[in-house]
Amino acid sequence: MAHKSSRRLRSPTTEAPAARYTLMALAFLFLTLFLLLPLVAVFIEAFRKGTAEFLAAFGDPDTLAAIRLTLLVAVIAVPLNLVFGVAAAWAIAKFEFKGKAFLTTLIDLPFSVSPVISGLVYVLLFGAGSVLGPWLKSHGIEILFAVPGIVLATIFVTFPFVARELIPLMQEQGTGDEEAALSLGASGWQTFWYVTLPNIKWGLLYGVLLCNARAMGEFGAVSVVSGHIRGLTNTMPLHVEILYNEYNFVAAFAVASLLAALALVTLIVKTALELHYGAEIAAGRKH
Amino acid sequence: MTTTAAASGRWRLRQPSVIPGFGLTLGFSLAYLTLIILIPLAGLVWRSASLSGAEFLGILSDPRTVNALKVSFGTAFIAAIVNVVFGVIVAWVIVRYEFPGRRIVDAVVDLPFALPTAVAGIALAALYAPNGWIGQILNVVGIKAAFNPTGIVIALVFIGLPFVVRTVQPVMEEIDSEIEEAAATLGANRFQTVFRVLLPGLAPAILTGFALAFARGVGEYGSVIFIAGNIPYVSEIAPLLIVIRLEEFSYGAATAIATIMLALSFAMLLVINLIQAWSRRRYGHGA
Repeated sequence: MAHKSSRRLRSPTTEAPAARYTLMALAFLFLTLFLLLPLVAVFIEAFRKGTAEFLAAFGDPDTLAAIRLTLLVAVIAVPLNLVFGVAAAWAIAKFEFKGKAFLTTLIDLPFSVSPVISGLVYVLLFGAGSVLGPWLKSHGIEILFAVPGIVLATIFVTFPFVARELIPLMQEQGTGDEEAALSLGASGWQTFWYVTLPNIKWGLLYGVLLCNARAMGEFGAVSVVSGHIRGLTNTMPLHVEILYNEYNFVAAFAVASLLAALALVTLIVKTALELHYGAEIAAGRKH
Repeated sequence: MTTTAAASGRWRLRQPSVIPGFGLTLGFSLAYLTLIILIPLAGLVWRSASLSGAEFLGILSDPRTVNALKVSFGTAFIAAIVNVVFGVIVAWVIVRYEFPGRRIVDAVVDLPFALPTAVAGIALAALYAPNGWIGQILNVVGIKAAFNPTGIVIALVFIGLPFVVRTVQPVMEEIDSEIEEAAATLGANRFQTVFRVLLPGLAPAILTGFALAFARGVGEYGSVIFIAGNIPYVSEIAPLLIVIRLEEFSYGAATAIATIMLALSFAMLLVINLIQAWSRRRYGHGA
């Protein structure tokens, strides 16, 4: 009896140790095989032939051009989506108007479109067979297979990131602070700069972080509109593909390792933000 | 400007508010949304509508198109099932168990969101190819895990995992321990409590996670093409076929395939929304 009752002391709302360790082992094995090993493989393959070979990959002018283009695209696309995200969140969170739910759904639309289709829509809009194509050509404006097309495709796929972080956050915060500022005589802009912005800064940073990671790493959409001209319209992810298909594995993984490092930094900053400013990032975010 | 409208009670776009900037932010948001997302997408629909019915059906009944769609939807379905099983286990381990490094495991789950798809693609190909670390081991047991549909499933498991974990995790955290205690006091063993009390409550979240992972998998391109082998009729995915048709300047064929994919993804989005509405009614919280 004593033996039996001591066994009963185990909490009835958790699993037996054997089940617990089996589940943990399954989870760790799965995460290792599918997430950790690929990440580790990137760095190991990049340094397979030593540091000198790794560094040599960055001596290639095409690689440097790809890095510059990726930075340029992010520098244009991220601020535009940031301004949009703040404006959309202001309109949606601070006001009650007809069609609000529909507008929120439309903002999330790019997430449910395949990246390849996100690129395709711009090919159909600006390509040779389109209505705009001949006009653009006669005016010497290059959008497709040039930087503007890459920027547009990147804006498309990263469109919702900032807005969807800010909307629930600003809805949770309500309009009390702004109303107080306005009643004390602050102008609209002053209210935004000195009251709203400090309230949403960590959530904003969080959205920008995710937006930037996707902007620098986008492959499918950019691949369709880029034209893959080496040194001119190749972003880093596209350059990785070209090097890989040329069996230049060390260089491919070297460029990839730079993108993987960006992903790691993104994850670390994201985790730190969640840890320290969880409540100020988004309503109800638990992790 | 709406104060008089409020008094008269006639139809108005928005409810009155002292907060300024509604016209500016909503106007800018709508203009930006229309230019970047709506016009390009409408262009796709318009282009697709200009194909005759016979042309459209001809493209869609082409065996290569049919096979590509089957491969995309089939592999995305299997990968989403795998992700549901392991995603729920991973979420369970993170939410329920205390172990060193829990926060790191939690952060690692987001890796597929942060790592560019092309980087994931070449890393997975390097690991699962017949001469790769994992591929070698699988080869011994007679499993070929790359350059065939199995390889596509592996890439889509990588891409889809966070969708399931991040959908299920918050709902799992909200589970009231009283429910489990009640089940235990009524004589249910742990197995019964988990499978007949806890998991049914998680069903809407699991279903939503499944749908999100599935939808993402169907459209995925970057991580798949390196490990798929891209053999027409066997391991060629629909987004790749769109790219191939574009490179052949068969804009009609690319548009038709894209339209079908888009229609199917929107149908999925609708299903997700219905599940969430149903779950809110039934369980009082969103999935």
